[in-house]
Amino acid sequence: MARATKVIRNFYRDSVSLMQLSSTFAKLPGVEQASAIMASANNISLLKEAGLLAGTVEAGANDLLIALQGNAEALDAALAAAESALKQPAPTAGHGTSRAIAPRSLEMGLGDMIEANLALISTPGEYAAAEAFKAVRLGLNVMLFSDNVALQDEIALKRFARDRDLIVMGPDCGTAIINGIPLAFANVVTRGTIGVVAASGTGLQQVTCLIDRWGHGISQAIGTGSHDLHKDVGGITMLQSLNALAADRSTSVIVLISKPPAPEVAEHVLEAADKTGKPVVVNFLGADPARIRRANVFPADTLEDAAAAAVALAEGRTPDTGSPPGSSRPIPSTFAAGQRYIRGLYSGGTFCYEASLLLKKDLGRIYSNTPVEPADRLHDVWTSREHTVIDLGDDLFTRGRPHPMIDHRLRNERILKEAADPQVAMILLDIVLGYGSHPDPAGELAPVLHQATGSAKKAGRQLAVIGFVCGTASDPQDLSKQEDTLRSAGMILTESNAQAVRMAAAAVTAGQAGASS
Amino acid sequence: MMQTLFQEKLHVLNVGLASFAESIARAGGAALQIEWAPPAQGQQNVARALAQLVNLPSVEAANRTAFDLYQSAQPILRDIGIAREVLPDMGTRMILHGGPPIAWQNMCGPMKGAIIGAILYEGWAKDTAGAAALASSGDIAFEPCHHHAAVGPMAGAISPSMPVWMVVDTTQNRPSFSNFNEGLGKALRFGANGPDVINRLRWMGQTLAPTLRAGLEILGGIDLKPLMAQALHMGDEVHNRNVAASSLFLKRLIVALLKTRAPSTDIAAAVDFVAGNDHFFLNLSMAACKAMLDAAHGVPDSSMVTAMARNGVEFGIRVSGTGERWFTAPAPIVDGLFFPGYTTADAAPDLGDSAITETAGVGGFAMAAAPAIVKFVGGAPQDAIDNTMAMTHITIGRNEAFTLPPMNFAGSPAGIDIRKVVDTGILPIINTGIAHREAGVGQIGAGITRAPLACFTQAVSALAEGVCGKR
Repeated sequence: MARATKVIRNFYRDSVSLMQLSSTFAKLPGVEQASAIMASANNISLLKEAGLLAGTVEAGANDLLIALQGNAEALDAALAAAESALKQPAPTAGHGTSRAIAPRSLEMGLGDMIEANLALISTPGEYAAAEAFKAVRLGLNVMLFSDNVALQDEIALKRFARDRDLIVMGPDCGTAIINGIPLAFANVVTRGTIGVVAASGTGLQQVTCLIDRWGHGISQAIGTGSHDLHKDVGGITMLQSLNALAADRSTSVIVLISKPPAPEVAEHVLEAADKTGKPVVVNFLGADPARIRRANVFPADTLEDAAAAAVALAEGRTPDTGSPPGSSRPIPSTFAAGQRYIRGLYSGGTFCYEASLLLKKDLGRIYSNTPVEPADRLHDVWTSREHTVIDLGDDLFTRGRPHPMIDHRLRNERILKEAADPQVAMILLDIVLGYGSHPDPAGELAPVLHQATGSAKKAGRQLAVIGFVCGTASDPQDLSKQEDTLRSAGMILTESNAQAVRMAAAAVTAGQAGASS
Repeated sequence: MMQTLFQEKLHVLNVGLASFAESIARAGGAALQIEWAPPAQGQQNVARALAQLVNLPSVEAANRTAFDLYQSAQPILRDIGIAREVLPDMGTRMILHGGPPIAWQNMCGPMKGAIIGAILYEGWAKDTAGAAALASSGDIAFEPCHHHAAVGPMAGAISPSMPVWMVVDTTQNRPSFSNFNEGLGKALRFGANGPDVINRLRWMGQTLAPTLRAGLEILGGIDLKPLMAQALHMGDEVHNRNVAASSLFLKRLIVALLKTRAPSTDIAAAVDFVAGNDHFFLNLSMAACKAMLDAAHGVPDSSMVTAMARNGVEFGIRVSGTGERWFTAPAPIVDGLFFPGYTTADAAPDLGDSAITETAGVGGFAMAAAPAIVKFVGGAPQDAIDNTMAMTHITIGRNEAFTLPPMNFAGSPAGIDIRKVVDTGILPIINTGIAHREAGVGQIGAGITRAPLACFTQAVSALAEGVCGKR
């Protein structure tokens, strides 16, 4: 196994482009592992941890570093191919007759687009706060996709924006739908009367997609970023969003989604929700419904429940508190003796957390890299034990490689590993569509599912792969096409994460799986 | 604003991942991709300092004030004087030089040569060895021209008995000064100091200066801004191309000269000298620019650049709102065309106060007016227009007095804003001559260079500290 590196001086590309490129470089002939990064000290140490780099490299934060690992004979050609791919001009840089310079700064961009009302910022985290401050100073609302922004910067930025009646969605805001336009990793949903405010990106995607699936639509879907309900931030963005949706005549129902906020923040948010004069559905993952309920506030246990409640309220009905649709469908599988465990392999962190919550109720201990109970932390994240759910979007897995919604390789390997475990009965998966995600996740997954179920079958076992596709018919990947491909590959599909998880849990509690020999 | 957001069509400025802008466009939204790179070459503290200053009301207001002061200046060539008598704080054992402050031992070849020549001209030493010894003895004070309301091209040497142009901004009644242009070839400003150079300087002091002064006295002064504006309409950019301006200047002066009591041989020699030097007007252009920018200097909180100057080792800038401080970085090598027999290896790093012209919105900033200039870098006339257009993105406004015919008579971009330079990474463009790195060889080419980013990043940090620190 050989390694090779190449430094391209003073050549900047944003990290997400680099991730996408890294994943294509890894497919070059003879290459096992590949990474293209800006050579900051931090990134270099990540490469070393990933085993892609040995010794020192003379490169700085403005230099681009390509690091490859693979067959010694193939690496030179691969490096050259990687460099030429990097230097391909961006597709947006067309050759027009005008020789005006493309805007280099927000202020310059505002000169070319005077109507601009939102800045979407996805620079590396260390520069993101400065860009966001500039945007607010220039009178722009901000969606801050970037992560790794210091909490004190977030607080200062949000207060600064609030004083100017501007909103900052994020940092770490992966998705939003404003005026019908999907931003960053969002789905193409029908417009309608339900407004969503979410601290979780995949939570927002699940709720908006289910509302779309059930024939309703979204007025606005606002991401707050994952730290907004931290006690020091105080839910500034969520409170601003609530007020804005309360005043918005196109919104009749509001949905709030978050992990349980700091108690004082929760109180503040719920009080504001109750005062909007509109029904507000609240899903604070795992929170006690009794503490949420208000005259106008309806607690929801799961993301699916939240979507269902919002749809009911939009239709003028009281939300149904009974069991949600589809949850009672049994698994059409006959497990072998000894097949007793569920393994959840998630690309969406909120789906993973929700699965933990739901499974825990029925099955007790659920091990995870992001456990609900600290005691259930999985110490070796590469090896599951008993019932395990893994968030593959965790930093532990994404260092030096793309997010699992873009690059399926890590999860595919893990699926095969779990399938080979004779104690495993069921594998839970999420498939997330929308802009920014892989162009054909079902196509990536199908051959692996065949292989996984096939090898289990050879060993005399029946392996159930259960999951759901979070997406819409209008998404670039097309929901029904994705579902058809997955069903053909033998996957059991539900409409939502909650349905998939409940189905798996029911199989264990009913003794269908886990029967002793 | 957030309230109205839901009623407006979404228009997104996208900073970062380009595919986000493409998705927005595909979904029917409007998005404009910003060609972003980490500001200030990735210096986070500078990026943060910049973020504090962008669109800050106090800075915006200060810049309007500074820019108005710059535009309202009316530089008039009034008189010719002797440096020791007219330059503020000029010492009797002092030699001024181009660019930011620099000690003798650190000076580049051409500047050392010019200092030696100035010492010989003053008669402070008998030969070059003696002059060099005197220069290194510490007995002579070396200070930037800029510290004495003056500017000089290339080495910029001004010694006490040299004649100087006396320009006055009649709006603020503020003087500015420059030395005389000696012509091309072996000249003091390129570090030449042989007998022919010194003898010509003596002739300029004894004959040229008094003759022209007599003519100026009859004219009562020459309004420089209209003359520069006219030259811009005739293919000059009044930095590296002064053919039209020099001709216009001589045209104004010639009848007045004939009306003086000066001997006709002196008049003939003076006219012959001026007519033979296409760059004669350069020093006047520089003094006029200095007057306009000094008018704008010292406005608290202003981020407008009021001087860019090079000493052959360092490039320095001054900013209206940061006082007398220089922000310096290594002087760049000029990219240009060389006279036969010379290459980049022979070139001294960028040198002289003449970038005051770009600072004032002419020179490289008005390149569109002077398409012939782009030949220095092998470009086409369209490149000249592109260069001027690029400068509109780093400047505060347009100088309405300096209109540019190829740009539909739009004003020349003027008032460099340090914030915009750092935010866009677009560096001020400078048309300039190239001096040989060794003293006395002279000009070996001309070309285009850029002000170094590091000057501007330091200035942004300092201004942010000043503006935000006092609150």
